[in-house]
Amino acid sequence: MKRTATSGGKGAASGGVLDANWMTYVVIVLVTLVSIFPLYYTIVMASHTNAEMAASRPPILPTLSVFDNVKKALELAPLNRGLINSVIVAGSLAIGTVALSTLAGFAFAKLRFRGSNILLAICVATMMVPLQMGVIPLYMLMAKLGLAGHLTAVILPSLCTAFGVFFMRQYVASAVPDELIEAAYMDGARPIRVFWSVVVPAVRPAMAVLGMLTFLMAWNDFFWPIIVLSSQNPTIQVSFQSLATGYAPQQSIVMAGTLYGTLPVLVVFALLGRQIVGGIMQGAVKG
Amino acid sequence: MTVLSQPDVQPEAAVTPRPRRRARNLHPGSRIAYVYVLPFFLVFAAFSVYPWVATAWESLHDTRLSTYNQSNWIGLANYHNLFTNDFFWHAFRNTITIGIISTVPQLCMALGIAHLLNYRLRGRTFFRVAILMPYATSLAAATVIFAELFDPNLGLINWSLHALHLPSVDWQGSTWPSQIAVSTIVIWRWTGYNALIYLAGMQAIDTDLYEAAAMDGAGRWAQFRYVTLPGLRPTILFTIVVSTIGAAQLFGEPLLYHNGLPDGGTQNQYQTLGLLMYQQGWTNDRLGLASATAWTMFLIIILAVCTNLLIARRRERREGRRASIVAAVPEVSVR
Repeated sequence: MKRTATSGGKGAASGGVLDANWMTYVVIVLVTLVSIFPLYYTIVMASHTNAEMAASRPPILPTLSVFDNVKKALELAPLNRGLINSVIVAGSLAIGTVALSTLAGFAFAKLRFRGSNILLAICVATMMVPLQMGVIPLYMLMAKLGLAGHLTAVILPSLCTAFGVFFMRQYVASAVPDELIEAAYMDGARPIRVFWSVVVPAVRPAMAVLGMLTFLMAWNDFFWPIIVLSSQNPTIQVSFQSLATGYAPQQSIVMAGTLYGTLPVLVVFALLGRQIVGGIMQGAVKG
Repeated sequence: MTVLSQPDVQPEAAVTPRPRRRARNLHPGSRIAYVYVLPFFLVFAAFSVYPWVATAWESLHDTRLSTYNQSNWIGLANYHNLFTNDFFWHAFRNTITIGIISTVPQLCMALGIAHLLNYRLRGRTFFRVAILMPYATSLAAATVIFAELFDPNLGLINWSLHALHLPSVDWQGSTWPSQIAVSTIVIWRWTGYNALIYLAGMQAIDTDLYEAAAMDGAGRWAQFRYVTLPGLRPTILFTIVVSTIGAAQLFGEPLLYHNGLPDGGTQNQYQTLGLLMYQQGWTNDRLGLASATAWTMFLIIILAVCTNLLIARRRERREGRRASIVAAVPEVSVR
């Protein structure tokens, strides 16, 4: 790896101010291909039978039979149900997390209250604890509440994440000038009014980023949904599992179903990619 | 707590957070603040704290799904059971080896890619989005796809080996190949993400430092070694910590790699602790034992994270700087 790390642009200084030379492009394009090729090849695998895949020269182009295989996959696993459920789960989590995290983040950043530092420390510390830790009692709790198998069981535990609170706290602290809040207080505004009229408009970009990241995380979540949901009322990830582990006469059908369930989020991701990249990089430097 | 400033991502965020103190004094005694933070702590108490404590309690009982409410107190028998069980140690070793195979190359590659992305590139947004596509792909989809690519008979990978006149590999049945295959899925999904994290860290390094180094006659490798790497140290520490936590909990990839069976291959060749816990609890109806495994995993994670932090802190101290894990914390659950 050392070689790649130093390969581009011999003899000049580094640090984001330098033009890349052709070697840099070659390596970057290779990395891009490795990132995208498996997704492309899924389309190929989804359109060829086992026999065709096992041929001495495997196919490299997709065919129209991919649509037929998608249809067969839809008969094998409730993929549409999974997609709808995933939109419901990821959508409500994105909205809920953004709303509750912004409110809590505002309190931690701009309000003075006893114990705020300790509470914030608790909040940060919990980001380290793995979900698997509590999954058994959590399942029992959901069963007792009659929520096992319901989407609510997936939504409730992640409704307000420590990451969201901390993310918004950092952003509110740096993006909302105190003069603005001061002025609002002078005008006799109460904290909730300050929140609505001063804080929310100022931190809208961060709310959008947090919403997108939360949506993506919730959409791709696997461990907890697989435990608490059944294949009758799945998220799309749970449908993938039942599709892949059920009986499919041809692998191409499994691939077609996987493609069908993955494509929507990849398209949205490609459209919003710039913002999501910005959000991840922003989360990395802020702290 | 803003440790590094951010150059180009969100300029309005670069305002220093210092004036906050004044605001706090400005509106003293906002009791309403407790109401604002309440939702988070309610969710946290009900769905995190309670389950953690209950897991500890259950790990001391012979809990079964069927007799959940009247389980017997058996003290530390579950832990004794676990530590004298070959399956546990086997899964423990697998978790460590898969963790190393998946994390070390991943972070090294991410560092190299970030370095390249840090050049002035044409179409840089395209490249950044493209290398993040695997991150947007769910682990379930990625595993199903890679299981097919690694398929001994139909898979493209064995075909490529064959085309290169290399012997084909049993990516499912043999221990090392199957662990490498599972690790490949993790590497594919997370390398681009970590590269962007590193890139963000690199862009926060003051360019004056590079100019000064260049004036002192530092070549490009020397600059990378003495300017980039030290500047990235908090970021690197953070990614190591997050990857360690992720690796210790590895579950979905090995589960789906063997058709959704929690055994991690016919010889358990890639069964991780996460899978073992699932198997104990949901396949074998031994929830108490599974709880003991959960707590053991938690302790392993704490131990691993503390070791990372200690090593980092000793290094920093030797070099007269302060280790700051706080710099790294915020993205933990982006994963």
